[in-house]
Amino acid sequence: MNNTFYIQSYCEIRDGAIRLNGEEVFSAEAESFADFAKQAYHHFETGYPKFFKMDKLSKLAFLAASRLLTEGSNTALVFANRSASLDTDLVYQQSIGDKEAYYPSPAVFVYTLPNICLGEISIKYKLYSENGFFVFENFPAAFFPAYAHTLIRTGKADDVLCGWVEMLGEEYRALVYRVGKQGLMEHNEQNLNRWI
Amino acid sequence: MSFIVDYNCFTPLGPDLQTTLGRLEEGVSGIQHFENSELLPFPYYAARLPEPVIHHPGFTRLENMLIRALAPVVERNPLSGKSLLLVSTTKGNIGAIAGGEAVQDAFLPVMAAKVARYFGFSETPWVLSNACVSGLLAVAVAGRMIDAGAYEHVYIVAGDEVTEFVLSGFAGFQALSSGPCRPYDKSRDGVTLGEAAAAVLVSNAGGLFRVAGNGAVNDANHISGPSRTGEGLYQSIRRALDEAQLSGPELDFISAHGTATEYNDEMEAIAFDRLGLNRVPVNSLKGYFGHTLGASGLLEAVISFESARKGILYPSLGFETSGVSREINVIRQPEKRPVKYFMKTASGFGGCNTAVIFENLN
Repeated sequence: MNNTFYIQSYCEIRDGAIRLNGEEVFSAEAESFADFAKQAYHHFETGYPKFFKMDKLSKLAFLAASRLLTEGSNTALVFANRSASLDTDLVYQQSIGDKEAYYPSPAVFVYTLPNICLGEISIKYKLYSENGFFVFENFPAAFFPAYAHTLIRTGKADDVLCGWVEMLGEEYRALVYRVGKQGLMEHNEQNLNRWI
Repeated sequence: MSFIVDYNCFTPLGPDLQTTLGRLEEGVSGIQHFENSELLPFPYYAARLPEPVIHHPGFTRLENMLIRALAPVVERNPLSGKSLLLVSTTKGNIGAIAGGEAVQDAFLPVMAAKVARYFGFSETPWVLSNACVSGLLAVAVAGRMIDAGAYEHVYIVAGDEVTEFVLSGFAGFQALSSGPCRPYDKSRDGVTLGEAAAAVLVSNAGGLFRVAGNGAVNDANHISGPSRTGEGLYQSIRRALDEAQLSGPELDFISAHGTATEYNDEMEAIAFDRLGLNRVPVNSLKGYFGHTLGASGLLEAVISFESARKGILYPSLGFETSGVSREINVIRQPEKRPVKYFMKTASGFGGCNTAVIFENLN
């Protein structure tokens, strides 16, 4: 059995810019990530109003994944970050922290789980596929190949969208890429370490 | 192939598996009524651990729970070869952000690293945070990594607490039960939250049970409501059955998710019906432990291992009259039955689902 898998395409979002396979496809002068995300949404003519009710982590993951996905494929989603849903956890905590203004919002609470961004992507792209959200201190260059390749080899997925989607305050970075049986660059720990 | 070698739990019914199981077999529930609690401005039901939980100073309450659950497993099976610690949780030390700041303890990798150091794991631990399937998905992930030859042993530990954060959130959804939860029952009216930790050792050799098949497929439908057709759960089970080379009815029991919300239990009944599993005995263990979130899938797997080992099917506490639209064989009384194959399922926010099938090797 073929034991080599490749990065087929990749999208990086950081510092107010979106790069697809290394080429800048969008950049904006924005005051905040929320503002940047809104401008990007319009630039790519996304036409998906549900985007505006998403939390920042979901918007980040969605914007990156949208550059790479096609509808209905058997593409597993394997995402990770450092801060889980802490960015939204802090927003929700504010709504219950002040006993005078106690108002736990269901619309915020539902985003206090990091895997919700995988649900958002799955809904938009009709992906009835394997999902998993993991949390690591740093970009897990050994984890992504190990887990993604297992999913393809065992037939649980045709290909895998791997994603590092970190969001805390105004610190954000997405590096999302698609892994399959052929592509641009071999998907292994050494290449990922050189790449990030 | 991957095998379940050992397991333990730390629950409101007892500080270890044997005590927990003894109370469960007496039909005792860990769920209690709380009034004037510091966690919610109105009365509620929950399954909370008796204090004091903290035995190891320098570790948070949840870290103490994780350590208490995992310690006997590590004691009986000392770390050797290529071993990984896999931690499952939905909210980790979420109480740490009560002051409004992202303090160190609130970061899941910090928590996992503390637990890893306590036991002497040399590799960086993995953390899985995938809503209410986290604990069960960890078993699938462990099995896959062992099958791939990446690890010889994966020590899984899962835990979550009853906190102001999650209680207020479920209350905001109007999803909390008015009494102890009653999965699949006509009068069910919501979730009862619980807290617990569970630990399982998955290895490449030996063991009591084989991980025979698994699947974890998204509903692609809604982030906070289950699919009306049970599509993700259906496909998760389908994949698990295919991998285990089973058709379905030969399963001896299913330990299902059964949160006792209107929509979850109905969704599960629909998925089981679509798979022709109507006659397979089913329980939800939420009536004993409440919904322990990221721990629930692993805790309920642990109880199911004992169920299979002893050949006793445990009743679904709180169930009297079916309140789902499809025929479902909910277990009402303890039943002696030899168990060869059994399945654990879980579903959660974000549209996630997981099914794992185990083969009893006894």
